[in-house]
Amino acid sequence: MANIDTINKDFADLFEQGKELLSNGSSDCMNKTREKAFVQFQELGVPTRVNENYKYTNLIPAFDYPYNVNLRYMEVDVDLNDIFQCDVPELDTNMVLLTNGWYYGNNKVLTELPEGVIVCGVQEAAQKYPDIFNAHYGKYAKPEEDGIVALNTALAKDGLFIYVPKGVVIEKPIQVVNLLRSDRDLMATQRNLFVIEENAQAKIIVCDHTLTHHKYLSNSVTEVNVASSAVFDLYTLQNQHLNSVILNSTFIRQDKHSNVLTNTISLYGGTIRNNHHVLLDGEHCENNTYGMYLMDNKQHVDNFTSIDHSKPNCLSNEHFKGVMDGEATAAFAGRIYVRRDAQKTLAYQSNNNLLLSDDAQINTKPQLIIDADDVKCSHGATVGQMDEDALFYLRARGIDEKEARQMLMFAFAHEIIEKIRVEPLKDRIDALVDTRLRGEISKCNTCALACKN
Amino acid sequence: MLSIKNLHVSIDGKEILKGINLEIKPGEVHAIMGPNGAGKSTLASVLAGRDLYEVTEGEIIFQGKNLLDMAPEDRAKEGIFLGFQYPIEIPGVSTVNFMKTAVNEHRKHKGLDPLTASDFLKLMRDKKALVEIDSKLTNRSVNEGFSGGEKKKNEIFQMAMLEPKLAVLDETDSGLDIDALRIVANGVNKLKTAENSTIVITHYQRLLDYIIPDVVHVLFDGRIVKTAGKELALELEEKGYDWIKEENGK
Repeated sequence: MANIDTINKDFADLFEQGKELLSNGSSDCMNKTREKAFVQFQELGVPTRVNENYKYTNLIPAFDYPYNVNLRYMEVDVDLNDIFQCDVPELDTNMVLLTNGWYYGNNKVLTELPEGVIVCGVQEAAQKYPDIFNAHYGKYAKPEEDGIVALNTALAKDGLFIYVPKGVVIEKPIQVVNLLRSDRDLMATQRNLFVIEENAQAKIIVCDHTLTHHKYLSNSVTEVNVASSAVFDLYTLQNQHLNSVILNSTFIRQDKHSNVLTNTISLYGGTIRNNHHVLLDGEHCENNTYGMYLMDNKQHVDNFTSIDHSKPNCLSNEHFKGVMDGEATAAFAGRIYVRRDAQKTLAYQSNNNLLLSDDAQINTKPQLIIDADDVKCSHGATVGQMDEDALFYLRARGIDEKEARQMLMFAFAHEIIEKIRVEPLKDRIDALVDTRLRGEISKCNTCALACKN
Repeated sequence: MLSIKNLHVSIDGKEILKGINLEIKPGEVHAIMGPNGAGKSTLASVLAGRDLYEVTEGEIIFQGKNLLDMAPEDRAKEGIFLGFQYPIEIPGVSTVNFMKTAVNEHRKHKGLDPLTASDFLKLMRDKKALVEIDSKLTNRSVNEGFSGGEKKKNEIFQMAMLEPKLAVLDETDSGLDIDALRIVANGVNKLKTAENSTIVITHYQRLLDYIIPDVVHVLFDGRIVKTAGKELALELEEKGYDWIKEENGK
């Protein structure tokens, strides 16, 4: 196995040798941010388990592999619009496709979007809308704190850009389908930027899929700025194959009176690391950070979250739940900062885990750093087995053991699904989790939203 | 209907039931009374198939079938119903979904098609009226946040939905105020037919004012030490259990 220095050096070489390809087509703003991030990456490197924040996720095997990296957009030889047609009529969305981290060149024009809304690739946005783009790009992510965020920023070429102008409500959710489709093992870098202006509203559903059986490493960073009184939902559905690695870092900044709900649902994947950072940067914000993971085999998921209450009178609710079977491993870290001036903060956090086998493992770590004195904070973590009394109760009414177990697992997970604020999506995910818990989704590229493929 | 012969049951190596014999015919109501720790609830749990207990000797035959060979769900489908002394709260499982699954499992066992949604809702409505249970409760998760009385009513509601051949009601009266007790007892009486049987396990005689037993047994120290008509319940109410203990040398 290569050591970490070799891995870091390979990236340094890639950066130096690919410099022209990297800067080509990117705006000055992106390239300046890139140069700086590369220096930061050289200092930080790919995080190892020596790093306290990565104690439970070993990234060396994920990175120690000769992936192909595409520093320019590769034409897709089929029409992905034909491959991907969502067959859930109730789930009426504006669909956008991305392929291997790039905005798909033949995306259909979204005709139903309200005036002023922009949905396009990051590269395109940087050229066409520099005022908006430059005001936000690289302003929320913290490459100085995490090597994979620095690496993403250094290699970022494209991704999704969404802009919702002041006062505009997008009623239909925007469904972002991230497809990994290659005839070779691939490392993809994706950089997204969502700007939700004052009093605007948008709901985004992100689905991560693999379309071929190759080994994939996707390193994506999403920055979101939610201006005052705006309402924003972000649902992320991770459904890849056992040979894939998802590194997903999200940075959300909220201004006063904004309301954000995120729900990160990890259904399937080899190794998943979600970094979720929220900055409550104005008074009276509400943040709801939810997540669920259903893991078996040797899958690994690590949800690393931080909620930063930097202003007074904000409310945050954080709840992650996991069902673990086989030899699956999971980690949860929940950091809540309450800054000195953030009086009257309400911050709640919990992490509950259901272990179905002797070999499944979970490491859960709440971490509250409170510098204000008039706050209400709570945290709790539970790790348990199936409730035998409840199981017997169901069986004593004639429900067979397998079905009774299924009902209890589903009930456990449903608490998180319930929080979804898009009704048809809730029903869809209910059905999906039900089949996942029955062990029926094992095929890698079963589309999470039952799209034909 | 039910025939228990020389039933010995242990938990963690400690013998709780020490040779129970009991015969119940269709249409009969049997009361099993006894002091705390006599083994009443153990008997109920063993009938329903709880695997915490080890049957070391004896047999239970229910309608010609060996009950001890059956999983709890199969016993339920054969017609045994246990009304739990402490009904379990199951957050996240809706009462409607729970009952629909259970009813359709019972129907499948009988070779019947599942109920349509509207037939099921009608059945729910009828049975709810029978046990005077509020829709507010059945719309919630199973027993979650219910008061003690509501939980017991919910047991009888489930019994009404499943129409068992043999209902075993384990201390259904404990913790019930007199109004709730009447409603629960009324429900049980309305469900009574000439074919189905009931075992009422209780510490006190009060419930037996409303559910009139054909036979009363006294369970003491893992054995049935006395069997008589309903007048035995009154005698126990009046004299307590001490004379039973003395008669049995403890």
